[in-house]
Amino acid sequence: MSGEARLEILTRINRIGAREQEPLERRPVRPSTRPRAQIVEQFAEYAAEYRANVRRLAAAEVPGALRDLLLARGSERVAVPQDLPAGWLPGGFAVTRDEPGVTDLTAVQTVVTGAALAVAETGTVVLDHGPGQGRRALTLVPDHHVCVLREDQVVDNVPEAVARLRGSVLSGRPLTWISGPSATSDIELSRVEGVHGPRVLDILLVREG
Amino acid sequence: MSAGGIKPARPFQQAARVTLANPQMRRNLRHATTTIREKRLRAVAELPDWEALRDEGAALKDHVMAHLADALLDLEAAVQARGGRVHWARDAAEARGIVADIAAAHGAREVIKVKSISTDEIELNAALAERGIHAIETDLAELIVQLAEDRPSHILVPAIHRNRAEIRDLFRRKLGAELLTDEPKQLAEAARLYLREKFLTTRVAVSGANFAVAESGTVCVVESEGNGRMCVTMPGVLVSVMGIEKVLPTWQDMAVFLRLLPRSSTAERMNPYTSFWSGVTPGDGPQEFHLVLLDNGRTDVLADEVGRQTLRCIRCSACLNVCPVYERVGGHAYGSVYPGPIGAILTPQLLHLEDRNANTLPWASSLCGACYDACPVKINIPEVLLYLRGKITEEKPLSAEAIAFKTAAWVMSEPHRFEGAIKLARSGQGPLVKNGAIHALPGMLGGWTEARDLPAFPPQTFREWWRGRPAPQPRETDGQAQTSEGELLAPQRGDRGPA
Repeated sequence: MSGEARLEILTRINRIGAREQEPLERRPVRPSTRPRAQIVEQFAEYAAEYRANVRRLAAAEVPGALRDLLLARGSERVAVPQDLPAGWLPGGFAVTRDEPGVTDLTAVQTVVTGAALAVAETGTVVLDHGPGQGRRALTLVPDHHVCVLREDQVVDNVPEAVARLRGSVLSGRPLTWISGPSATSDIELSRVEGVHGPRVLDILLVREG
Repeated sequence: MSAGGIKPARPFQQAARVTLANPQMRRNLRHATTTIREKRLRAVAELPDWEALRDEGAALKDHVMAHLADALLDLEAAVQARGGRVHWARDAAEARGIVADIAAAHGAREVIKVKSISTDEIELNAALAERGIHAIETDLAELIVQLAEDRPSHILVPAIHRNRAEIRDLFRRKLGAELLTDEPKQLAEAARLYLREKFLTTRVAVSGANFAVAESGTVCVVESEGNGRMCVTMPGVLVSVMGIEKVLPTWQDMAVFLRLLPRSSTAERMNPYTSFWSGVTPGDGPQEFHLVLLDNGRTDVLADEVGRQTLRCIRCSACLNVCPVYERVGGHAYGSVYPGPIGAILTPQLLHLEDRNANTLPWASSLCGACYDACPVKINIPEVLLYLRGKITEEKPLSAEAIAFKTAAWVMSEPHRFEGAIKLARSGQGPLVKNGAIHALPGMLGGWTEARDLPAFPPQTFREWWRGRPAPQPRETDGQAQTSEGELLAPQRGDRGPA
C-alpha cells in the first residue's frame, strides 16, 4: 500500500512539471566580528532573561560552585554522563555515572553536564549529546540541570551555531537546544516555569584562560 | 466531539455569529493577540536583517516546492540510512491507518502525543479510539482542550478561550487533581504529575514535525514545556507525521527558520526546547522510528501557481494575532484545525475547493493586509484570498449568485427595466424593513444580508424626483443642448460652447 502511495504522490508532484526558478542564493555564514567579551556578556544576559541562573567563574572554581548549588537544593542524588571531566565534581556527594537501562533517572535530583556550544543572540545552550553531555533522557527527567560551559563555546548567532553543529548532525547525533527551564504560557498567557523538563537550569560559565 | 479535522460544519458567516456572542472568548482573545502582537514587534526588531530573513525564508520554501520530489526522496533515503522507516500517505485515511497499525502492532492501549496540527488535520485521535487506543495529548493546552472535549481556538495557545477557574474545575473533575487554587502554577503542576507517569510508562509516542532536513534525515520539534522532548525521547517507538511541505534541503537552512519561527510565533528569541533527531540513535531514545509523509491535498495546492505560496507556512500563527477578523470571531468560527488568515486560504485548498462550507472561508477577511506584513515567509494572504474568491465564484457557473448577477445585468442594461424593478422592490419590501434597513433578505438573496444590512428603498427615486420638479428655465446665453429626460449626467456648464 505504501509503495503505491509513494509512487502516486511523487507522480502528482512530477506532473506539475519543472518550474523555472531563479537559482537559490544562500547567504554565506560570516564569522561574527563583534568583540568576544560582548558576545559572552550577551549570552549571560539573555540566558538569565529566560530564568536560567548564570554564574561566571574560573575553571578552578567549578567544584566549589557545584557544591554550593547541590547544597542549596539539598540534592543527594547526582547523576553525570560517563565521560564528564572528573575535575568538575566536588567531593562528598554520591555521584552516579549514568548507564542507560540501569540508572533510575526518576531518583536523580541533579544532573551535571557539559554542552556542545551556546548562542548569544538567543541565550541558548545546545547539547549534541557528545562528550560530557550524556543521552537525552539524562538532562530531561531530573528536576535540576547544571550545565558547565566554557566562554569559548559561546557563538554570536544562530547561523554560526547551525554551521558549527553540522558535523554532529551529519554523523547522526541528536541535538537538544535549551533556552531556560521548561515553561508554559498556556493558561491565560501567564508564564509558569518547570512543566515537564527540568524546573531549574544553572549555567556555570567558565572564563577563558 | 474530539478536536480535529479541517471540514467546517457550517459556513463561516454562521459559525462567526455563534462565536461573536461569546464575550469571554472575545476578551481572552483580545488580551492574547494584543499581548503577543506587541511582544512580536520587539522580538523582530532585535534582528537588524529581519526583512532579508523573511525574503530568505520565502525563497528557500519556494525552492523546496520547485524541487519537492527530490527533497522528499533525499529525506527518505537519509532517514532509512539512519535506521528509520518512511511511510507515504496520500490522504488522511491512509495516514491514520499507518499510525494505528504501528500502535496496534506494539499492542499499545495508550499513545502519548506531542501537539501536532497534522495529526489533528487527519483526525488521528478518533481513528485510534476506534481501534481501542487512547491518545493522550501532552501539551498543556491540548490536554485542556481534550479533557474538555472542546476544539482548539488558536494554533499556538489552543485553550486561550478558557480561563483558569474553568481549567481548575476541569482538572478536578477529569484528573482527580486536588487543587486548592486556580493559580496557573498549580494547574501546570497537576498536569505535570498526571503526565509524568504517562511519559515514563507509555511505549508508543506520536509527534508532528516542524521541519525535516533532507540531507541528514533530521526531524525537528520546536516546543516549550518539555512534553515534546519527553515524547521523542522516552518511549521505545516514535511515529512522526509531517506534511510533505515541511522538508528543507540542507542542514544550514535550519538557521533561517530557527530565527524566523520563535520570534514570529511566541515572540521569543528562542523557544525553551528544540529537539532534533535523525532516524534511530543507538542507546539513546526510541529504537524504532517511523516518519509518515502526508499529502492530503498538498500536491493539489502545489499545482496551483497562485495558491502554491500557502505551502510556505511554518505554522507560527503571527497572522492570527494581527487579524482583526480572527481577534473578534476566534478560532472556532473557522471550523478547521487551521484557523485565522492562513486557515482561510489553506483549509479550502486542502479540500480542493469542493467543500461548500470551507469555500466560505476566503470571505472571512477585510483584506487589510496585516497578515501579509506579519508573515515570516511572506505569504501574500490577501492575494490568495482574492484569487480563491474568484475561483470559487467562477467554478460554480449555475450558482444562485451567478444567476442573480446575470439577471441583474439584464435588468440594469435597460433603464425601463431598472425602473420597473425598483418599483417592484419598493412595493414588496414592506415586511422586511426594520428601522430603515433590511436585515435579512429571503431565499437565495439571504447571502447578501448575512454579513451586512441593506438600506431600505426610499419612497422616491432620484429620477422620480427629477421628473416631478418644476421645469428649469433654459438660459439663453450658454448655448447648451437641452438635456433629455432620463439622461444620467447633467452636462457640465461652460465646456462645450465655442470660445
